[in-house]
Amino acid sequence: MEEITKPLTGLEKEEEYFINMGPQHPSTHGVLRLVVSLQGEIVKHLDPHLGYIHRGIEKMCEKDTYAQIIHLTDRLDYLSAHMNNEAICLIVEDVLEVEVPERVKYIRTIMAELQRLNSHQLWWACMGMDLGALTTFFYGLRDREHILDIFEETCGGRLLLSYNTPGGVMYDLHPNFQQKVKDFIKYFRKKLPEYDRLLTGNVIFQNRTKGIGILSKEDAINYGITGPSGRGSGFSCDIRKKYPYSAYPYVKFNEILREEGDSLSRYKVRIDEMWESMNIIEQLIDNIPEGPHTAKMKPVLKLPAGEYFQRVETSRGELGVYIISDGAKTPYRVKFRSPNMCNLSVLDHISRGAKIADLVAIGASFDFVIPDIDR
Amino acid sequence: MKDLWIYDFTSLTAAIESWLESTFPPFWAVTFEMVIIGLAFLLFYALTGLILVYAERRICAFMQNRLGPNRVGPWGVFQTIADFIKLLMKELVRIKEADKFLFNLAPFIVIIASFMAIAAIPFAKGLHAIDFNIGIFYIMAVSAMGVVGILLAGWSSNNKYSLIGAIRSGAQIVSYELSVGLALLSVVIFSGTLQLSEIVESQADAWWIFKGHIPAIIAFVVFLIAATAETNRGPFDLAEAESELTAGYHTEYSGIKFAFFFLAEYMNMFIVASIAVTVFLGGWMPLHFWGFESFNHIMDFIPPVIWYLGKTAFVIFLMMWFKWTFPRLRIDQLLTLEWKYLLPINLVNTVIIAFLTMMKWHF
Amino acid sequence: MDNAKLKELVTGIVSEASFEESKQFLTVTVSPAQLHQLLKSLKERPDTSFDFLFCISGVDIQDKLMVVYHLESTAHGHKIVLKTGTENREKPEMESIVDLYKGAELHENEIFDLFGIVFNGHPNLRRMFMPDDWNGYPLRKDYVDEVNIIDLS
Repeated sequence: MEEITKPLTGLEKEEEYFINMGPQHPSTHGVLRLVVSLQGEIVKHLDPHLGYIHRGIEKMCEKDTYAQIIHLTDRLDYLSAHMNNEAICLIVEDVLEVEVPERVKYIRTIMAELQRLNSHQLWWACMGMDLGALTTFFYGLRDREHILDIFEETCGGRLLLSYNTPGGVMYDLHPNFQQKVKDFIKYFRKKLPEYDRLLTGNVIFQNRTKGIGILSKEDAINYGITGPSGRGSGFSCDIRKKYPYSAYPYVKFNEILREEGDSLSRYKVRIDEMWESMNIIEQLIDNIPEGPHTAKMKPVLKLPAGEYFQRVETSRGELGVYIISDGAKTPYRVKFRSPNMCNLSVLDHISRGAKIADLVAIGASFDFVIPDIDR
Repeated sequence: MKDLWIYDFTSLTAAIESWLESTFPPFWAVTFEMVIIGLAFLLFYALTGLILVYAERRICAFMQNRLGPNRVGPWGVFQTIADFIKLLMKELVRIKEADKFLFNLAPFIVIIASFMAIAAIPFAKGLHAIDFNIGIFYIMAVSAMGVVGILLAGWSSNNKYSLIGAIRSGAQIVSYELSVGLALLSVVIFSGTLQLSEIVESQADAWWIFKGHIPAIIAFVVFLIAATAETNRGPFDLAEAESELTAGYHTEYSGIKFAFFFLAEYMNMFIVASIAVTVFLGGWMPLHFWGFESFNHIMDFIPPVIWYLGKTAFVIFLMMWFKWTFPRLRIDQLLTLEWKYLLPINLVNTVIIAFLTMMKWHF
Repeated sequence: MDNAKLKELVTGIVSEASFEESKQFLTVTVSPAQLHQLLKSLKERPDTSFDFLFCISGVDIQDKLMVVYHLESTAHGHKIVLKTGTENREKPEMESIVDLYKGAELHENEIFDLFGIVFNGHPNLRRMFMPDDWNGYPLRKDYVDEVNIIDLS
């Protein structure tokens, strides 16, 4: 690797110096290296350097069958593992015109919303920790353990699930599943106001996030910022509403939109999304229809030649899966449109003029997961 | 001065001094006296540091819904000793480009500053090392020297992160000195003296925080905020903000030198809590209320040293509570807090207190 | 706007475009020289206003190096797919669209890194994932790496 001895654009003035945030840094979540050019405490220019966790997932997908790709998609954005798996399953089922049982749709949506809750809990834990309120880390993870226990019983894994499979899900629900989920929702409804009391209402926290990192709606659309970060700027991009899939057509929920576009509004969008997720789960958990947990699929899956695209709403934004098939049992090309990479591209634009401490707050409010960027 | 049922340590210290002077020539008597005091303080320093580190880890663990150290010794009390032995055995990483003399000097300056400040604080009646007639002024002056140590540490590390952390810290400490001084001034005005032992004795009928009613409470709150900022703790710890600058000004220190910074931070917290306790909460004076003679006599049964340590522990607990609850302030917000909010409040408060004292409208 | 009207509009701007329709999208294939102009008009015309570029990918198919753009309009809701390609595998060049869609900057870096397509007009073209002195472009079909890729077939 070549030594970075001066910032890359060469336009910096004499009094600017640059520091490296990362690749090992407590608050860039994952191995992200930001070369930040500073003047005193003010950020003048920022350059992300990636590739520290590049595993060549897209190349590996070209040699794996569709059922094997599921295990690779887990490792993209591991905090939305379930939604990533669901994307591949939906493409395959759509193209092969397989009708999945209703039970499968309900299970997939409930698991997706649990995963979203899980991911937002971890985001909240880390956001507090980055801003200095170290106790929030423990509170967020304590509550997350309940969901991980539910996952472990049914799917066999806590973080990397691989529970979806083309045609259905791998195992049927554990008998305790419904009761545990209902207990968890009751428990978490009491805990979420505690999060607000601890962090949201705190004057110090509000001063650190209000008006920081303002992203306008036009910029959000132009840069392709989706998910809670885009919705915090007023860009209505929820795939669950625009192109509903699985059991989303059967539930009523609100799409949370805020107009201000600063870090505090992105924060509040995620907190409100946690409430909405709980509402969705409550609407579905009592009505799971009986039936098989998977449809009958051929042992070898071959998609006819052509190009297919599927969009799902992960916890961080819109994941797009673009598959080009030439009729074989492995795809010809798989491209993952990663929500985090689009979110990262705007970091330079909105942190110009902010201070280093603000950079940490902005990064935390965007909620990056680096393996998704590097794939 | 009411009749206090409190043991007076001056008799003990005077006895030791006269014994030394009768046994040894004057030069050696003074030297031995200083050595005894030095050893006593070193022991106290080390012991308090040990206890405070353990207390912090336990308290923060309980606040974070976990247990904290509970393996080494019963309830984990020997944890800090184990940590200390580990730190002693670590390699002292020598930085090639660093300014070696300053690099090695910086931790010592920080420790010396806090050591000198402890000397003036009265632990019980007559139990203190120095009793200047300018006690408070001396403590303020001496604890300000710690800034030099921090700036030297950041500069001589030859590391951008350390430099940023040290400069932030320097600006912060120098600004908050003002608030600390003015808040202490309020009680100086009330009691009319700078001498610490006299300030404590003037609280024999009730503590200044009760006697001075509202202005004294305001001064106490301001002092607590400013003192937390002085010691780089709590919501004002951006000089060593772990999640931004990976340890700030003491990034490059390892082993025993890091232990010095670490220890000095806890001792500074202890000193600042002691000052708050001495000036506002009565020091070693038990809880008395005007006129309730029997109540006061009952309170006197608890030895003054216990009163003093208990009150200090309470203030330290408050400071630890701050750290583990609030997020961190940014540097410009911190300086805004001082210059635009705390300083005007302090000034107005001081004027009010001067007026009250003139009119004798305090208890 | 439905696919027929879009086809008409695109043929009006670029006459040599070829079309394919699938269940999901209308795909337009143009040559690299016309792409930027077509994208610019599609973005700026108020009746199409394709302002949301939701996917940009590189593809190595049948000896051509292609770039595929998936566009959507937030105002009207219609979608379109644009493709360009070049047969020149030694020095493939395309025009960068960073001036139209700023978010494409990192993605074009990625396509340059993994396919070797040089984007003219890109502010800071550099390798994204691979080390800066890497030889070869890994996602190309003819990429051979004796050390790192174990071919079990």
